[in-house]
Amino acid sequence: MTDLTKLTIADAREGLKNKDYSSLELTDAFLSNIEAANAQLNAYVAVTPDKARDMAKASDEKLAKGEGGALEGIPLGIKDLFATKGVHTQACSHILDSFKPAYESTVTTNLWSDGAVMLGKLNMDEFAMGSSNETSYYGDVINPWRKTGSNQDLVPGGSSGGSATAVAARLCMGATATDTGGSIRQPAAFTGTVGIKPTYGRCSRWGIVAFASSLDQAGPIAHTVRDSAILLKSMASVDPKDTTSVDIEVPDYEAVIGKSVKGLKIGIPAEYRLDGMPAEIEDLWQKGIAWLKDAGAEITEISMPHTKYALPAYYIVAPAEASSNLARYDGVRYGLRVPGKDIVEMYENTRAEGFGDEVKRRVLIGTYVLSAGYYDAYYLKAQKVRTLIKRDFDLAWQNGVDAILTPATPSAAFGVADQELHADPVKMYLNDIFTVTVNMAGLPGISVPAGLDKDGLPLGLQLIGKPFDEATLFQVGQVIEDAAGSFEPQKWWG
Amino acid sequence: MSVDTETVKRVARLARIKVSEDDATRMTGELNAILGFVEQLDEVNIDGVEPMTSVVEQTMKKRVDGITDGNKAGDITLNAPASEDNFFMVPKVVE
Repeated sequence: MTDLTKLTIADAREGLKNKDYSSLELTDAFLSNIEAANAQLNAYVAVTPDKARDMAKASDEKLAKGEGGALEGIPLGIKDLFATKGVHTQACSHILDSFKPAYESTVTTNLWSDGAVMLGKLNMDEFAMGSSNETSYYGDVINPWRKTGSNQDLVPGGSSGGSATAVAARLCMGATATDTGGSIRQPAAFTGTVGIKPTYGRCSRWGIVAFASSLDQAGPIAHTVRDSAILLKSMASVDPKDTTSVDIEVPDYEAVIGKSVKGLKIGIPAEYRLDGMPAEIEDLWQKGIAWLKDAGAEITEISMPHTKYALPAYYIVAPAEASSNLARYDGVRYGLRVPGKDIVEMYENTRAEGFGDEVKRRVLIGTYVLSAGYYDAYYLKAQKVRTLIKRDFDLAWQNGVDAILTPATPSAAFGVADQELHADPVKMYLNDIFTVTVNMAGLPGISVPAGLDKDGLPLGLQLIGKPFDEATLFQVGQVIEDAAGSFEPQKWWG
Repeated sequence: MSVDTETVKRVARLARIKVSEDDATRMTGELNAILGFVEQLDEVNIDGVEPMTSVVEQTMKKRVDGITDGNKAGDITLNAPASEDNFFMVPKVVE
């Protein structure tokens, strides 16, 4: 019998419809993979086998009657940032100890109403703050990829490291993730998977633990461009509970897959060529350009002069919003409480013990830049720079560019507990240098696996699109996938 | 701009996070590294540039000012570390 966990969502959708196997068989196959692998990879922080089997049985009943939604019977993993009713929802933070919401996020509600099956909750950086999944209260997630001939543990990227590892190691068919500065695309690139951050406003943020509200967006991580299109179609919706969700029809993304890119104008921004960037990243980029040219796209050099300011502006805007959003963790309404001699000391003790170092760092930066006398010098200036970053993109679109091609990350996955990266927080932040511009401008961006480096580790290319034009990203992304092929880590776990 | 350890302690107090002397010293260095990094923004000419308030141009959606939800005090206090009769319990704040 074929290994059901090796199927794509598109394959499994057909197989389930044809009754080649049941959703219960599919679900059990993933549950047994999780059981065998999770002690080593640490991708799941909570597995929900009973719930998964109940949902799978309900899907099988619908499928038997020839009914069912777009994701009927498909087993998925859910990032711990999404509220799931009665199930572990702690943003992988100590401060949300034992929190189980009485409500369900809009994105997961959409997935369940389309028939998807929940396998459990996925590990992540605490409050989605990190680029290596090493800030989780539940420990590091390990990348299923290793360098050729090495047994060193590598990070899966972050913050959606659990989502990326779970997909790459076949512990779910697809996963939900979120992206504030690159948290979907960077881990996807580090694990040879596809990840898309849609346009700000495409998915409802209701029921997703807030980090930086003007930047946060949900999106999927999956094996193929087509699978990510299937998942995003279900996740996206306009929602009265999130006033920033936008009332624009969600197109049938799958319909554009396989469509020719002939005549599409692809912009190549010179400013993404960094000093000291590894030659392999530049080579990968050139390969991507050649593939798209061969497919009939028109390649055009563009200039985006404010690119280098996106990351410093982000490290004002994101911590400022985080310091405000995280004010709610006070030891009163939910989660951890550490007593003190009075209420203020109780707050201070709770937040000192409940937050990890990276979260504290960002809350303090955010509090500082918003404090009296500093607002104009930091926050207001950063928001003005943000206007200029968006203007760079607007100019490209006005000049007829349909999508922009860049590398997804400045390097391949690095080692767990890398001393240099841990000694200097700014070095770790540089991981997001190519992805963060997209959040600052609210645009859609997809990372597609494009090759392996000299050590055999996956690398990704990023495509950036016009607002609400995720469809073009899927269309062009498929061309890259067709040219590059797919990448599977060699199994050493489980 | 850079911060000293006293400023870090003051900011930590504002953020309601208890920090030890050692924490404050370590964090001073880390925060200064970040503040040094964001100083690059001083190179950008922002004269006459409007600050971004929303990435998507849309009028703020409004809804009817009506009651659409409620009567779930039990749900709201469900996850509280201490509660009684659907009230949150906190240390005494008024003498």
